[in-house]
Amino acid sequence: MLEIKDLRISYGMIEAIKGISFVVNDGEIITLIGANGAGKTTTMHAISGLLKPVSGSILLNGTELTRIPPHRIVSLGLAQVPEGRRVFAEQTVEENLVLGAYARKDKEHLNEDLDSVFSLFPRLMERRKQPSGTLSGGEQQMLAMGRALMAKPSILLLDEPSMGLSPLLVSEIFHIIEEINKKGTTVLLVEQNAKRALAIADRAYVLETGRITLSGTGEELAQDERVKSAYLGG
Amino acid sequence: MDFLSYLINGLSLGSVYAIIALGYTMVYGIAKMLNFAHGDVIMVGAYVVFFAISSFHMPLAVGLLLSIAVCTVLGITIERLAYKPLRQASSLSVLITAIGVSYFLQNAAQLFWSSSTKVFPSVLSNGALQLGGLSISYLTLVTIGTCILVMACLMLFINHTSTGRAMRACSEDKGAATLMGINVNLIISITFAIGSGLAAIASVLLCAAYPSVYPTLGAMPGIKAFTAAVFGGIGSIPGAFLGGLLLGIIEIFAKAYISTQLSDAIVFAVLIIVLLIRPTGLLGRRIREKV
Ligand SMILES: Nc1ncnc2c1ncn2[C@@H]1O[C@H](COP(=O)(O)OP(=O)(O)OP(=O)(O)O)[C@@H](O)[C@H]1O
Ligand SMILES: [Mg+2]
Repeated sequence: MLEIKDLRISYGMIEAIKGISFVVNDGEIITLIGANGAGKTTTMHAISGLLKPVSGSILLNGTELTRIPPHRIVSLGLAQVPEGRRVFAEQTVEENLVLGAYARKDKEHLNEDLDSVFSLFPRLMERRKQPSGTLSGGEQQMLAMGRALMAKPSILLLDEPSMGLSPLLVSEIFHIIEEINKKGTTVLLVEQNAKRALAIADRAYVLETGRITLSGTGEELAQDERVKSAYLGG
Repeated sequence: MDFLSYLINGLSLGSVYAIIALGYTMVYGIAKMLNFAHGDVIMVGAYVVFFAISSFHMPLAVGLLLSIAVCTVLGITIERLAYKPLRQASSLSVLITAIGVSYFLQNAAQLFWSSSTKVFPSVLSNGALQLGGLSISYLTLVTIGTCILVMACLMLFINHTSTGRAMRACSEDKGAATLMGINVNLIISITFAIGSGLAAIASVLLCAAYPSVYPTLGAMPGIKAFTAAVFGGIGSIPGAFLGGLLLGIIEIFAKAYISTQLSDAIVFAVLIIVLLIRPTGLLGRRIREKV
């Protein structure tokens, strides 16, 4: 279980996250929706340790993440697919995937795990020896997801996985997220594509300029008038 | 025949530049900073070997190992004390700090070991290999051989080990590397350690060829190797290798065929021309648009 309590994050004098709290229970798909600049990425970065919050607490199964070095967080079972994919462009697809397993102790099953990523994303298999920078945007998104899965996380954070993808590919990505979740991985999903995100989410939170203004089940929020007018195009 | 022997001498000098340039380029590639104190680490390495074999009568191999150990620790210490606190600072602040560290090391050497030049004992036999009319000294062979060996080991390490992959990841995106569980600070330390260890190796080769040890000994080879690294494409390991070798060859040819006094000016002129034509150096990565 991931518990965020009274989280505050600032960039210099500007407070980007103004005290938010939410919970992600095991097995759930939780989505965080909000407009540009609402603070979604900031929240994700704080959870993964890339940003130090001013105050508040981030508990993963009882462990306070704000107090441990950022590179240790992934080995506690939390992996992130960052906004903009951030694959290592000069390394091959396979090298990126192997890097995903960098923090793992049990490296003997590496090949099986590579195979399971390739079965989820067959296109990566064909391109395994190719430098990742030469992949299309959609393929890079698949690689970023595969790379995070190589860490065998119990909870997966995804920051705008559908950004910049064609409608067909968006459907594929959302389908795969559901599949990953069905296999037992908890998902925290940040999206601007609120409609799709709410459709697969168990519960959702709406983030507005650093504050959580609404929460509920995916269905509830999809029916909510305020959400409809602000995020679902009326 | 003259041409061939100049070429071989150039390769030998270039090998030393290449080994030093590898340190510059690795640190730049990963820490994104120009470690101007790198040349002075060579100087410290040279003094360590000098004292080890002259005062303590150790065999060369032991002196070299000791020097590698001292330089490695020195490199890590410099990074931790001087550069790490500036991780978020502007690159100008870091550059000024690096120049400060360089002066600090030179002055410390003057204080502890005096500014007078010490004569490095001859450590390699003065023999030479005769090939037809060509005479190649053993030192030249050892120097070129060492450079090739260093380069091969480094490429194997960078391309085929987990730590090497992690280093390449850090050079591209430290945030994403952290998400993989890579300890970026540790990787930076390892990079400084490798670069400084290479500086120790270079110091022995340098002193075997030019046997005087003094506090500013690292300055000129440092700046030349830095030039070589930029020439080859800073951040690129094969670039540093190629840049070092080419720079050595150009320098020796300039000395032999044009002018001894002007050779350094010619070397830098070549650098400027190359950078005008290819701003990223011979093998440098083109700056990619961020998608
Ligand atoms: N490095 C930074 N320095 C200063 N301010 C920042 C920085 N990164 C983000 N901000 C500010 O913090 C706020 C939240 O940004 P954040 O990137 O978390 O938004 P977001 O919800 O992810 O937006 P988007 O949907 O566009 O990705 C914005 O006002 C942004 O300008
Ligand atoms: Mg964002």
